[in-house]
Amino acid sequence: MHRALCWLLAAFLALAAPAAFAADLEPLVRGLGAGNYADTEKALAKLAETGDPAAVPVIEALQAGDLYVRKPDGAVVVAKRSGNGYALTDPVTGAPIGEADRNAVEKIKVNNALRRTMSAALGALTLMSPNAGVRWQAAEAVFKSRDANALEALDAALAKETDEGVKRAMTQARASVVLGSSAPDGDKLAAVEVLKDRGDQDALALLNGAAGNGSEAVKAAAGKAVAAVESRLALWGAAQNLWYGLSLGSVLLLAAIGLAVTFGVMGVINMAHGEMVMIGAYATFLVQEGFRAWAPGLFDFSILVALPVAFLVSGAVGVVIERSVIRWLYGRPLETLLATWGLSLALQQAVRSLFGPTNREVGAPSWMSGAFQLGGLTITYGRLWIVVFAFLVFGALLVALRRTWFGLSIRAVTQNRNMASAMGIRTARVDALTFGLGSGIAGLAGVALSQIDNVSPNLGQGYIIDSFMVVVFGGVGNLWGTLVGALALGSVNKFLEPYAGAVLGKILVLIFIILFIQRRPRGLFALKGRAVEA
Amino acid sequence: MLTRFLLLGLDKKAGVLLAVLALLAVAVPVMALGTAPDSPWHLSTHSVALMGKYLCFALLALALDLVWGYVGILSLGHAAFFTLGGYAMGMYLMRQIGPRGVYGNPILPDFMVFLNWKELPWYWHGFDQFWFAAVMVMLVPGALAFAFGWFAFRSRVTGVYLSIITQALTFALMLAFFRNDMGFGGNNGLTDFKEILGFDIQAPATRVGLFVATVVALAIGYILASSIVASKLGKVLVAVRDAESRVRFLGYETERYKLFAWTLSACMAGVAGALYVPQVGIINPSEFSPASSIEAVIWVAVGGRGTLAGAIIGAVLVNFGKSYFTAALPELWLFALGGLFVLVTLFLPKGILGLAAQLRQRLPSRGAVAAKPAGQKGV
Repeated sequence: MHRALCWLLAAFLALAAPAAFAADLEPLVRGLGAGNYADTEKALAKLAETGDPAAVPVIEALQAGDLYVRKPDGAVVVAKRSGNGYALTDPVTGAPIGEADRNAVEKIKVNNALRRTMSAALGALTLMSPNAGVRWQAAEAVFKSRDANALEALDAALAKETDEGVKRAMTQARASVVLGSSAPDGDKLAAVEVLKDRGDQDALALLNGAAGNGSEAVKAAAGKAVAAVESRLALWGAAQNLWYGLSLGSVLLLAAIGLAVTFGVMGVINMAHGEMVMIGAYATFLVQEGFRAWAPGLFDFSILVALPVAFLVSGAVGVVIERSVIRWLYGRPLETLLATWGLSLALQQAVRSLFGPTNREVGAPSWMSGAFQLGGLTITYGRLWIVVFAFLVFGALLVALRRTWFGLSIRAVTQNRNMASAMGIRTARVDALTFGLGSGIAGLAGVALSQIDNVSPNLGQGYIIDSFMVVVFGGVGNLWGTLVGALALGSVNKFLEPYAGAVLGKILVLIFIILFIQRRPRGLFALKGRAVEA
Repeated sequence: MLTRFLLLGLDKKAGVLLAVLALLAVAVPVMALGTAPDSPWHLSTHSVALMGKYLCFALLALALDLVWGYVGILSLGHAAFFTLGGYAMGMYLMRQIGPRGVYGNPILPDFMVFLNWKELPWYWHGFDQFWFAAVMVMLVPGALAFAFGWFAFRSRVTGVYLSIITQALTFALMLAFFRNDMGFGGNNGLTDFKEILGFDIQAPATRVGLFVATVVALAIGYILASSIVASKLGKVLVAVRDAESRVRFLGYETERYKLFAWTLSACMAGVAGALYVPQVGIINPSEFSPASSIEAVIWVAVGGRGTLAGAIIGAVLVNFGKSYFTAALPELWLFALGGLFVLVTLFLPKGILGLAAQLRQRLPSRGAVAAKPAGQKGV
């Protein structure tokens, strides 16, 4: 009972506090408009001394040039232009207090000395803020501005600081200020060490500046620190490129893995493969529309539902294509290529007629949005899930081909159709299901790609050439080759990009593959022996 | 000797085709220039340009049929040679604009002035001369095809693999030509031409002249191709198509035969592109797109692969259909084209000419499709 009363009292005080402070601030704010620069500066210093967060918007308004004096009563107000006159608000509470004619208010003038005082005061106020996020931002702001006036406030804040992260940011901010000031060498050397530990692009710029002037000892230390930071940045840059490469490689893997089944295992050139991916993406869109309409609360699960749906829809389309067109063309790869190209045109136009030519909105579930920091790397959850998903699909396909009865039949039919048929395997059905499997996997890829690409009728076209490159590069008929091919091409692409630009990088990769195929016409992991000619 | 070689391929079918071309070369100028605009026999400048465009495509199809129909190389990148020839001609036409461009620079084309270029890149020099451009029209596609074929045939890249890397070739060229700093006008390409050899490019008489030039080029291409096919060289080419290893074991260096046909075909495609550009008035990188190469393949397939005349008929028919459909029923064109791909490969593997021959011989119609057992990876 007693404790509850205490809580109640505390809550009441907390509520009442701003109002009480506001009353205290009132005369100080009024002092800002008292007359000359010196008076304004004095009032500003007093305002900063209160340490009251409520003073922050007042100073910010002054910085922005929005603070005016109302002539009749000398009150200080925030004025914003509206129509012919000004709309006035109270600087502390932010409550509207009517309008005023253009001649009825006078702007509070500021000079450079005042501007410095203002930013110092703001720094001091925000550095003391009860909110750790605000304090961290304030420290970062000081780090960037290198404002010597903030040093005192920074030291005071540092002494009181308890949060580790904010404390580090403040120490770094202090180092940044010290390095730019005329502090003794000892302090500067310590500052160099702090910045070296920070080790990002901003710190590098500061250290580079320090390495250019100052005493010999500081110069030498800064030079060493620059070298250390640069090598670390290069390392993180390489890691970032590696991650981008892995990410692009997993996208390529997803797009190509279905092709590895239809082209690699069955030997069918399916130019409509990209359209299977597109159908998967549109299936995702439809599933999400369904969730939006009937179960908006469960939207986060829509992707999980879309996976089997996309697999089944694309797989069914694949089975229909195999039964109606491709089975007549086995053994005639060039004709298959043309017929499936025709199918891809027709499928694109069909989707365009049904859904319109514009991009469709496919949302990301909450667990796929956002990003996290890993050292110097920024990793988005969406990309991370796609990498994981690509490897899961790859593993599942590998198990399906190696460890299941269905996979056994596929391999038997591929290796010796007549013998498989004699052993009682219904080869025609296996053909249809294998093609369906490849198409279904393309549909799964469509679910993933709908998260990072535009869902439009042209979605598949962008991937078809890349997918063929991956499969041919890795070696036809070899799933591991597809994996290695996808990751290698993805990484090479991303490592070339910083030097050659995205388009030129892609051209270089294409030329590389063209040359590579000349050297090894059967890919990286070619089948050897008689199987090659079979 | 040369005359005898050229007369080699002229059978009855060729005679009919050449007669039709000769008729076009006479009738079109008369109808376009010699009749009053309101006469029912009058041909508008637009129709002349359209027919000229079809015949350029026919020449491209002929070039493709030479390699696909007779040597078995399915090129999915022939549009690359066509477009390169077109760019060579386009560069000549750009230089002819002279100070009449929007920026009035006597040397630099408009897009270079716009991009703040100070002087002409080295590869633009010489294109102010027609003879130089005319040589380049054949030399550039020919050289690219020679280099590409040299590597590809020597390392025995065949069948589908070859098709896919030809596609990658044209895709890479497309990406490259889309870049502004390549110096070929980026994605706008080359356009706004004024005159060719001193004649106003918009004038009806120039259009008719270009049309006649296209007819002549097509006729020459056809005579050349049919003589090659009928000669001993042609027999070897067909043998390479049907059983390359066997021909190699017989002591022929198959790579050389393939390289010859391939390079010649690329040169023909380059000429087709060069004739195409002044009649259409623009050349841009989208002509490089893999889709346009594959479309050229379907012209050949529709007309009849390995018949030469069929390629010409197929190109004209399909493009006529395209003009009609895209104007009347734009939604349905891709369905029609896609359906054409499927139907022709399934039911008309020899194209229209093959069907005609079949009907003439009154073969029992067992269906043109011979369903071989699946799983054969042979190419």
